[in-house]
Amino acid sequence: MADKSARELFLGEGGIPGTGDGSQHLYVNLGPAHPAMHGIIRIFAELDGEVVVKGEVEIGYLHRAFEKDCEAGPYNNAIPFTDRLNYVSPLINNFAYASAVEKLLGIDVTERCKYIRVVMSEISRICDHLTCVGASAMELGAFTVFLYMIKAREFLWELVEDVTGARLTISYGRVGGVKADLPEGFGIKVRKAFAEVRQVLREVHTLITGNRIFMDRMVGVGALSAEETIAWGITGPLLRAAGVAFDLRRVQPYWAYDRVEFEVPLGKNGDNFDRYLVRMAEMEQSMRMVEQGLERMPGGAINVDFEGREIPVDAYVDRGKQGHTEGLLLLPITLSPNLRGQERPAYTQVNVADKRVVLPSKETTYGSIEGLMNHFMLVMDGNGIRPPAGEAYFAAEGANGELGFYVVSDGTDRPYRVRCRPPCLPPVAALPRMIEGQMIADIIPTFGSVNMIGGELDR
Amino acid sequence: MDGSAILARLRARLGARALDAHERLGDHTLVVAREGIVDALAYGRGDAELRFDMLMDLTAVDYQKFPGREDGPRFDVVYHLYSIPHNHRVRLKVQVEEDDAWVPTATSLWPIANWLEREVWDMFGIRFEGHPDLRRLLLYEEFVGHPLRKDYPITRRQPLIGPKV
Repeated sequence: MADKSARELFLGEGGIPGTGDGSQHLYVNLGPAHPAMHGIIRIFAELDGEVVVKGEVEIGYLHRAFEKDCEAGPYNNAIPFTDRLNYVSPLINNFAYASAVEKLLGIDVTERCKYIRVVMSEISRICDHLTCVGASAMELGAFTVFLYMIKAREFLWELVEDVTGARLTISYGRVGGVKADLPEGFGIKVRKAFAEVRQVLREVHTLITGNRIFMDRMVGVGALSAEETIAWGITGPLLRAAGVAFDLRRVQPYWAYDRVEFEVPLGKNGDNFDRYLVRMAEMEQSMRMVEQGLERMPGGAINVDFEGREIPVDAYVDRGKQGHTEGLLLLPITLSPNLRGQERPAYTQVNVADKRVVLPSKETTYGSIEGLMNHFMLVMDGNGIRPPAGEAYFAAEGANGELGFYVVSDGTDRPYRVRCRPPCLPPVAALPRMIEGQMIADIIPTFGSVNMIGGELDR
Repeated sequence: MDGSAILARLRARLGARALDAHERLGDHTLVVAREGIVDALAYGRGDAELRFDMLMDLTAVDYQKFPGREDGPRFDVVYHLYSIPHNHRVRLKVQVEEDDAWVPTATSLWPIANWLEREVWDMFGIRFEGHPDLRRLLLYEEFVGHPLRKDYPITRRQPLIGPKV
């Protein structure tokens, strides 16, 4: 080593005599903990000069046995684990998992719950896109964009906090419904927050769409053709950026997506710039969906029929024997303020009326013997939700593509197998294909556009 | 094309290699013999009526402790296919025994099968014959066992690896 000149050390020895060629390939590790990697992932790049000859991706650093853990507890115990899959848009994971179990049970959630799921999913999707675009822009030097977008995300997270009581680990979905109804005046808060988000999106468009530096780094970089994107199993914004109009909300509508109007923004070239444009356009579409959802969400329809009605004793006995126990012998209960939105009228509005699946509202649990029994029947080990043996695959359009849950039931109260089809695994698998032959600096915007989320990638 | 027509078309192609077909909860499933799976996937992908151009998911289920399946084939390898042009889905399954746990690879049809099969190998210990690079995907090489098998206890600890200090 000591007798080698610095030139030989860095440029390599050998080469073809007389050509001045004395180069060899250089191996560079990006990650697992690299400032430009938004998550723990390792890219091992073989470089010829500045050009990536070969890339290899290593994942699994955030593996925490999600699928195994789901098998260990009752069905609803998996909800907090799903929060931690895509932790930028956890609401979509909650709802997609709950819908998979509902499919297995063969139940249909209430209309209002469907709208709530649409509204909250779309708010989540905007958060996800804001984070993705903001972080990639920052890595290309547009720090202002990052700050603006995080500010906008903050407004949305305040909405999420208002509804769920938490910002990130929200655990708001439930099998058969959602945890609580939307709070008072939610529509007004949404309008205010969206005004801010739209302002930010306008500013960001002015700042970087068309900006010379940004365009030079994004246009034509990391591109995949439509055929290749499909072969790699990539869905979501990356597929739409390649011009394929595949959006589950449109082609296989679930919840209330067939009752809101929206467009599916498409790109042409499948490069990082088109992915950016698709995400920017999708945010506007998501806001449209939220606004329509809130407008069309069926209100009222509170089950007052059974409330506070005096029932003669004989009728009581008969009705009770027939299982019509709601509203009978109910003590008035005052709920703690942190259960806002879970009052009985609200609770019954957003959850299915199926005693096998949904916990009774707290007033029913503490105010009547039937409610208490129902509650215990659902939380006792070995009881709870017991879908008939079988299997179901439910796919929702996650922020990064098709988020699928494949749940197998053996008839007990614990899922026999939960498989999450992570939307960001295919693009990460295809990452070597996207970066090979391009400059090492291009890894950064390409990796940014993939929007890798360690939680769902490694599970 | 509706689900039962998809199943019928695949059955017509596979003949005796299609072992069972059923429709439950709106999902259509075809159980295929191991020697027919690559043909089923390739045919499903190429046929103009089916055009299953996307391998959405590839996973496995360990049925060792499933009521009624304790003696039967232990693993199901599960393929979820989706067709973008026709907007339809199908699920294909291959059942394999524990002491003969291998399935031919689908990497020649879809590049994404590479990682998905590595994950199944990692988690279930099912081999994919012909796979170019069958390494663990999420866990590390020194890991002992396959954690999503039902006989792998959830509380088992593995020794720490890495440089000793």
